[in-house]
Amino acid sequence: MTFLTTGLGAHIRSASIHGKVRGGEHSARSVLFLIALWLCLFVAFGVLLTLIITTLIDGFSRLDSRLVTEYPASAPERAGLRPAILGSIWVIGATALLTIPLGVAAAVHLEEFADRKKWFNRAIELNVQNLAAVPSIVYGLLALGFLALLGVQNKNIVIGGALALGLLVLPVIIISTREALRGVPLEIRQGSLALGATPLQTVWRQTLPASVPGIATGAILGLSRALGEAAPLLVLGALVFVSFDPNGLLSGYTTMPIQIFNWTSRPQAEFHELASAGSILLLLILLAMNGLAIFIRNRYQQRW
Amino acid sequence: MSLLSFKTASISASVLAAALLLTACGGQATNTSSDPADGLSGSVTIDGSSTVAPLSEAAADMYRDVEAGVNVTVATSGTGGGFKAFCAGETDISDASRPIKDDEAADCEANGIKYTEIVIANDGLSVVVNPENDWASCLTVEQLNTIWAPESEGTVTNWNQVDASFPDEPLVLFGAGTDSGTFDYFTDAINGDEGAIRADYSPSEDDNITIQGVQGDKGAMGFFGLSYVEENPDAITALEIDGGQGCIYPTKETVQDSSYQPLGRGLFLYVNDANYADKAQLRSFVDFYLENSDAVAEAALYIPLTADQKSTATTELATLVG
Repeated sequence: MTFLTTGLGAHIRSASIHGKVRGGEHSARSVLFLIALWLCLFVAFGVLLTLIITTLIDGFSRLDSRLVTEYPASAPERAGLRPAILGSIWVIGATALLTIPLGVAAAVHLEEFADRKKWFNRAIELNVQNLAAVPSIVYGLLALGFLALLGVQNKNIVIGGALALGLLVLPVIIISTREALRGVPLEIRQGSLALGATPLQTVWRQTLPASVPGIATGAILGLSRALGEAAPLLVLGALVFVSFDPNGLLSGYTTMPIQIFNWTSRPQAEFHELASAGSILLLLILLAMNGLAIFIRNRYQQRW
Repeated sequence: MSLLSFKTASISASVLAAALLLTACGGQATNTSSDPADGLSGSVTIDGSSTVAPLSEAAADMYRDVEAGVNVTVATSGTGGGFKAFCAGETDISDASRPIKDDEAADCEANGIKYTEIVIANDGLSVVVNPENDWASCLTVEQLNTIWAPESEGTVTNWNQVDASFPDEPLVLFGAGTDSGTFDYFTDAINGDEGAIRADYSPSEDDNITIQGVQGDKGAMGFFGLSYVEENPDAITALEIDGGQGCIYPTKETVQDSSYQPLGRGLFLYVNDANYADKAQLRSFVDFYLENSDAVAEAALYIPLTADQKSTATTELATLVG
């Protein structure tokens, strides 16, 4: 007993000697830890900032209207992103049409109707969570296999790309929709059911409308991830030179990340500038999409 | 309960709809709507080597000014990937940086795809040294391998390690960066494996920087595309290369007659015979490509065809139409 108390006393004494100011917060170890944390933050931001700034410097001279209106060309000064931008719009649009209804429906089923006691429902839940972390190229291979199974010859068509990106976006949409549905208080559902609505009417008229902001945010974030992807589309044999505007779901296409990727692999320095300018444009579009997501969330989110 | 089955039904219905939509696209893979009157339309699909792609892109770019209605698309699945698609009948033209392999040819034959091989441009690499370098004028492929192999990193650092007769002069190495087809080709030809190279050399995508580097050091060596040597004849000295047939100096001519080995090669187009005969837009595009191959090669920084090479290709294509 005496040993214990003396031990404790020594500990308190040493603490008061080493950590003079306000207890342990400013002991050498915590200061060191704080410095390490700041360093991590600095490294992460420093790298990002350097990347953005060098891209801006490289690409600024080519950030003009030609970048948007011209077709790709063998001469860098005549080349532009027009078909790539239109291709991105087509593919992402088709992806949205393909995945949002499917993802929302799947989430509604899992959240509102599925019996969580059944093992297969739990297995599906677990897998959806896991799918969100799968590398994107795997989705490209999956889509490639699926299209080959259906006997599709030209896999580099808009609907093929939308399928690969759809697989990529689907888990994100399902998870965010479920989160949004979970945010709707149980009382709303119970009130609706008590007034004689069927479960389907409850979902359709109460729960879903209430969770639209969350769903929209999740969908936009998912689609903006898809917009920046090149890997799954390259697996599908994406085109790197398209000199026409894509005009339908079966049309050939290229997207902005693919065109940028193609330009960076060219030896001429002018193409690298062009790639930088394209990257800036892509960054701006992504920023706008994420801004829209934040706006929708803040503007329409209901507080219960 | 009925609600649950309704949900399941609607989900499976949408899945089915998507599947139907996709099978529908399976039917119309290559749309061949060609109008024999002036103003061609339809598509020309090209896939294959990323080394040859700049040529095809340049040709497609120029062709757009002549026939705006034809959609020419270029993909870069690599020479092997390109042949896979080509032999499955998915593409009209396959870009290749080497001749077709036996197993690939067998694949084409199994699918009933007949093709014609056309040399569309020549590609040559030169190994250059400082003009003050008076000891090396011709190197064998083995010597080059000694200098550039991945295993030489940090160990082979002096010219006298390459050959006992060479003076005690430190080796300073410059070369193409990993993004270029030049890099892939050089590493494949000299080190036997695409991408295999020692890491302690100064890479640059800008050949002018390589030239400046080689100019700046007596013991320097570098490699890049042949056209740069012709533009800078006094700044640097190109080496003769002994690929087993004696020492050959790199010029347009030695590359074109393929005596400069192994750093000179032809770049190929493989054209689907049946499609060439049937599709007016493909016939028109390939003919245009060949006719303008000089301009195309210049735009893509390659060595143009000789008159012989061009006429061989033209005659071969002419037999296809019949």
